[in-house]
Parts: sequence; structure tokens; C-alpha cells
Amino acid sequence: MTSTEPTPSPMLELLSGFIVELRAAGLPVSLTENLDAMEAVTHIPIEDRDAFKYALAATLVKNNSHWRAFETVFEVYFSLRGSEYSLGGGDDMPEITDDDEVPMNPEAGGAGSGGAGEAMSPEQMAEMLFQAMRQGDDAMMRALARQAVTRFAGMEPGRPVGGTYYLYRTLRNLDLDGVLERLMDEAQQESPSPLTPLEERLERDEFESRIDRMKKEIEAEIRRRLVADRGVEAMAKTLRKPLPEDVDFMHANREELVSLRKAIYPLTRKLAVRLARKRRHGRKGPLDFRATVRQSLSYGGVPADPRFRYPRPSKPEIFVVADISGSVAAFARFTLQLVYAISGQFSRVRSFVFIDGLDEVTQYFEGVEDISVAIHRVNTEADVVWVDGHSDYGHAFEVFWEKYGREVGPKTTVLILGDARNNYHASQSWTIKEMRKKARHVYWLNPEPKAYWDTGDSIVSDYGAHTDGVYECRNLRQLEKFVDILE
Amino acid sequence: MDYRFENPAAVRTRLREVDYLSDEAIAGVVFLADRLGKPILVEGPAGTGKTQLAKSVAEILGARLIRLQCYEGLDESKALYEWNYKKQLLRIQAERNSDSLWEDIETDIFSDEFLLTRPLLEAIRAEDPVVLLIDEVDRVEVETEALLLEILSDYQVSIPELGTIEARQIPMVFLTSNNTRELSEALKRRCLFLHIDYPDMDREKEIVLTRLPEISDSLADQVARIVRSIRQLELKKSPSVSETLDWAKTLLLLGVDSVTEADAVETLNILLKHQSDIAKASKELQGDGGAKKPGVPRTS
Repeated sequence: MTSTEPTPSPMLELLSGFIVELRAAGLPVSLTENLDAMEAVTHIPIEDRDAFKYALAATLVKNNSHWRAFETVFEVYFSLRGSEYSLGGGDDMPEITDDDEVPMNPEAGGAGSGGAGEAMSPEQMAEMLFQAMRQGDDAMMRALARQAVTRFAGMEPGRPVGGTYYLYRTLRNLDLDGVLERLMDEAQQESPSPLTPLEERLERDEFESRIDRMKKEIEAEIRRRLVADRGVEAMAKTLRKPLPEDVDFMHANREELVSLRKAIYPLTRKLAVRLARKRRHGRKGPLDFRATVRQSLSYGGVPADPRFRYPRPSKPEIFVVADISGSVAAFARFTLQLVYAISGQFSRVRSFVFIDGLDEVTQYFEGVEDISVAIHRVNTEADVVWVDGHSDYGHAFEVFWEKYGREVGPKTTVLILGDARNNYHASQSWTIKEMRKKARHVYWLNPEPKAYWDTGDSIVSDYGAHTDGVYECRNLRQLEKFVDILE
Repeated sequence: MDYRFENPAAVRTRLREVDYLSDEAIAGVVFLADRLGKPILVEGPAGTGKTQLAKSVAEILGARLIRLQCYEGLDESKALYEWNYKKQLLRIQAERNSDSLWEDIETDIFSDEFLLTRPLLEAIRAEDPVVLLIDEVDRVEVETEALLLEILSDYQVSIPELGTIEARQIPMVFLTSNNTRELSEALKRRCLFLHIDYPDMDREKEIVLTRLPEISDSLADQVARIVRSIRQLELKKSPSVSETLDWAKTLLLLGVDSVTEADAVETLNILLKHQSDIAKASKELQGDGGAKKPGVPRTS
């Protein structure tokens, strides 16, 4: 490595720790990429933190959905550190070490901040917050974030509480929602004529984005202090979150569900392209005589380059039979969404949902542009409760077979979604056996980890024995893999 | 070797001179690509200026842009090189009556004269400065990707009949991808990765101002704000930067100096291309959505 300035070895050490943590978070960082990153940073002035960050990102992160995970690890490993972040009372003697933090100096802190923060009353602080938000003043927001965390978060050294707890405490005291309302009221009063809905919307968007920035400042501030208190490795471990494709459907929290929803759209696009390509390239069609003769003219009449017609294999018909009871609802939703998004690849998609009764919901998806609307209707309107609203696979399958069994044909692929937790009802697994006799394929997708199958009231093997395969589908990665075998 | 850029800031300033407004990430990665001699894989939604970046970099370097448009079924003969069969055939036939040796003919017909260079080989052999743009690389099949690997890592092309041709200079290489499929690890490993997303509001406003110098500051500001607001909705296809520009241009032509709901709704079809998106956005802009924010997942 050549460098204008020899890289200090603590930096190297920090970098390799950083890369180990990235791998632990699930990012596939190869050895070459590791070396590239090491070389890249030698070209970047170390004190330029942003350039440093982008240099690492460009060499180490090759998938945009991994960006968040990268950012979190980066913030932990390369956050600003110094005595001013220690929890043990260094707060009133801020020792400014980094350019980035200079404007935080209370004297320079603009409008009305006069004295040092400690002496401010809560009212003054609220007023300052309001002013900072109104002007979108970044320096002031940063200073306030520091103040707010010192005051409200109640952080104590060595206390084993996660960052979210401190964040919650700080935000509760700041009442940012109230600030937003006040900002909106003032915007209304200031404008000469009443705001039109459009103007109001734009104003609100602007303020919301400022408030978001404020929240991020606070979060960063808390993180910096936690890192100073607990050390880098421990903190990185606490903050480690699964990548979107690894989020478990059954245990996703709200934030993860949002990231899943965002991840599913590009995924469906990819799958559709892949399935279409596979169909076209899988087999060669019959010889295209005309095109072959035409091509042979370039070779003096020798048919050196035979041409083939595109094959037109028939498209399968898909029946989705999904359990939508509480525990597996999220899984059913994502799978239905996925199947409908790639429905162009199938000749027809029909869907059925059940808990202990079963209902066909195909019509909800017909002519609907927005799949989430259809899913919402499925959840609210489908008639799926027969007795008590506890899963009864046996009964549901019986109803399915009775009502729709004769429509299952040799082109039909049946996908059954569920954890097969049957609440100790009769399994009626003969229905699956019959189904498989008539259908092209019957697959079972189970959102539970394999280790839990057949424990308690799960009877997935009873059914599984009669299907073409039971697949563990806990996250997008596994679901994506499954779709590949659909044909 | 001489470097093309001094520091990321220089990249940024020079790109600005040719009306391409970059941000720190873009400038940083372009700078690094030059320093490390690595290709850049640019990914992101359609219409965010991925291809334009390559063009602009070529412009500031005074380099020739060589473009390989990828498509399904692209093969060696279209990407790298091809022997000119017809000419070779003619040559053989012309020699038929003379008594020259077959070996001589063979070396003759497999020489430069009968080689048709395609974009990749052309970029490698170029004497003048070039920028190579491999556009929409995600459209080729995984197997075809392998064609690119030799060029991207060693800047050379092996032709069995001629040997290995090495690059006289390391060109700047840009690959763009719309991410319709996962690119192979081997390809990604060889590249620096740059994700270009929709710009933030301030940058978008600046882009509008730079591209449409006759627009007023307040209108550009309003345009950028409305577009930001629309991008927050859950749509099939969010408006791209080029669509923002088209929209701004339309408003300008219509002589609008302050966008009202009616103006916005009437011209939404320029910004959005799906009927359901237009319906959704016009409803939101007219305030029917009220203060209710989108993006909150429905819990069942």
C-alpha cells in the first residue's frame, strides 16, 4: 500500500474489526473487497469523514438493501469520540476535538441561546426547539439534541438498557408532535390567505423532514454516548439487525415489516424477469426452417447456424391455499403479494384463505391495481371462521376438496401456506393425497423453523408425506429460492 | 500513472461545470475509481442520471464515450470482436488459383484486417482517452456476464488466434444496472458500487435550476417540494429526475408561476405513468388524503 501519510496501525485494526462486524451482520464481504477497502482509504484524507464513509461503502457494500446495516455499523465504529461523550459527568466541559462539532459551542449557537444550556428552563428549551425547527437550523438542532439527551435520557454508565429506551425517554419529553402542530398553526397564521391543501401538505412535509432530522440527531447522540460507555464491539452487537431478506416473517416488528414491504417489490420484478427468461431459454423449440435458410446465405448456402423457434410451453395454473390465522398472517400476506405480482407468469392464479373455514378470495385480486388493498379486503371480508376461529387444517382442506377439488387438474400447481398447527383436530390428510393425484404439483410452505416442525400440535409431516415437498420459508431469501422451482 | 482527479471536491466542481450535479457519494466513488483503476457499477431507479454520469465524466475528461448497450442474447461477437467471415471467404477464394501455402493464408486471414472490433475491444485498443459505458448490464444472462470479467479486472482481451490484447491505458469504466436481477458475485467484486437514488429536495431544485435556466427560483422550489411529496407515496413508479425536469418544463411552457392543485393535477400525467399512481397522487395533492400519512403498514 502506498500512502501519502503512513496509515496508523490503530486505524487498520479498527478497520478489520469493522469488517468482521459487517460480516457478522450478514454482509458478504470477500477478501478482495476487504483489501480494496484498505487501499481505498489510503487515497482519502482521513479527516474527511464523509469521503471515508463513501470509500468504504463503495468497496464493501454491493447491494443497496445492505446500506442501512452498513450505516449502523459505520456509525458505531467511526462515531466521533472524546471525553465529552462520557456519561460520568464530563458534560459541562465539552472539549471540542472535531471540526464537525464546532458550531455546537453554545456561544455561537444563534438565536437566544445566551447562557449555557444547563441553566435553561424546560420552557426555554421548548422555545429553542421550536425556533430551530422553524428555521431548519442544523447547528442549533445538533446542540439541542445534545442538551436533550443530557437532560432527559437519564443515561447512566454501565446500565444494560438499549438505545431505544433512551430515545423513547428523550422524545417523550420533547413532544415533537406538539411542535409540528405549533409549526403548522403558525404557518397558517403567517400566510396572508388561508393555505390551500397543497400548500399545507408541502409545509407539513418540510417540517416533518426537519423533525426527522432532529430525531436522527438525537439517535446519533445517544449512540455516541453508548459507544463511549460500552465500547465498540458490544454496541455493534446490540444494534445488529437482520438484513431485509433475512427478516423472519413471523416475528417481524413494525419497522421490519416496512422494510420487507419495500424489499418485496424489486424482488417480484426480478422473479418475473427470471421466470420469463427461464421459460424462453429452458428448451429450444423446433427448427425454424425459414430463418435457417436465410442465415445460411452468409455462409455460401451452408446451414452452419441453425435457427430455432421460441418454445411456447404452457403456463401453470396456481392455486394458493393460505392459512391466515394470527400467527402466520404476515407470511400469507407476503406470499400472496409475491404470487400476484408475478401472476403474469402463470395462466391463472386462484387463491383461497382459511382459518377453520375456507373461502375463495380470487375475486378480491381481480382488476385491483394495488395488491395491498386486496390483501386488506381478504383480511377483513373473507369468510374464514367456521366454529371458533382457531386453525383447523383438516376441516379447511375437506371444504376445499369438496367445493373446488374437481377444478384441480393436471396443469394445476397447489401451494399450501401454513404452519400446520392444527390445534389437535383431525388431520384429514387424505385430501392432500387426493389432491396430489390430480394436480401437477403440491407444495407446502412452512414459515416455522425446521426445528419446530412436528412439535406440539404441528402435524406438518402428516401432510408433507403426501406433497411434492415441504419448504421452510421464514424469510424473503427462502421464499425467493422457492419461486425458482415453480414452473 | 497520472491521476485524472485531485480530490473528490475537484470531481464535483468539474461535473458541475458540465451541468451534472453530483453529490458526495457520486464524486467520491468517481474519484476512487480513478485512483484504484476500477470500474464503477452504478445502480438505482430508472431516470436518476446513471447513464448521464458516464457521459458527463467523458465530457470533462475530453474522452470519447464508447457505449455497449446490453440486451438479452448479447454475445461475444457483438460485445468483443468478430471475424469478418465474408471477407475471409473472399480472400480464400481469391487465393484458390495461386499456389500460395495454406499456412500463409491462415495467418493472413486471422490478422487485424479481418477483425471486426466491437465496443469492448475498441475501448481496450483505443489510443485516445476513452470512457467505456456498459449500459444495463443486468439485461444479459448470467453466463454472458463472464465475458466482461477479463476486461474489468485486467483490462485485456484474449483472442485465441491473435493472443492477448492489453489496454494501452486504463479507461474509466461505468456499468449501469436497473437491478432487474442479481448480478454475479464475481462481477460485483471487481467493481466499486455506487447507488444513485432520487436526489434530496435541495439537490433536485438545483438540478431543475441548472437544466432550465429560465425557470424562476420559487417555481423550481415548488416543483422540488411537490415531487418530494409525491415520492413519499407508495407508488408503482416514483417520478424520476428526468420526469421532474419534463414536468418543470411543461409548467414553464404553460406560463405557470405558482403551482396550484389544479395545475398539478392536470399535468400529473407527465410526472407519473401509471393510471393508478396518477389517481392516487391527485387524490393526495387535493387534500383528500388529509393529514393521514402513507407508509404506515396495515396491521391485520
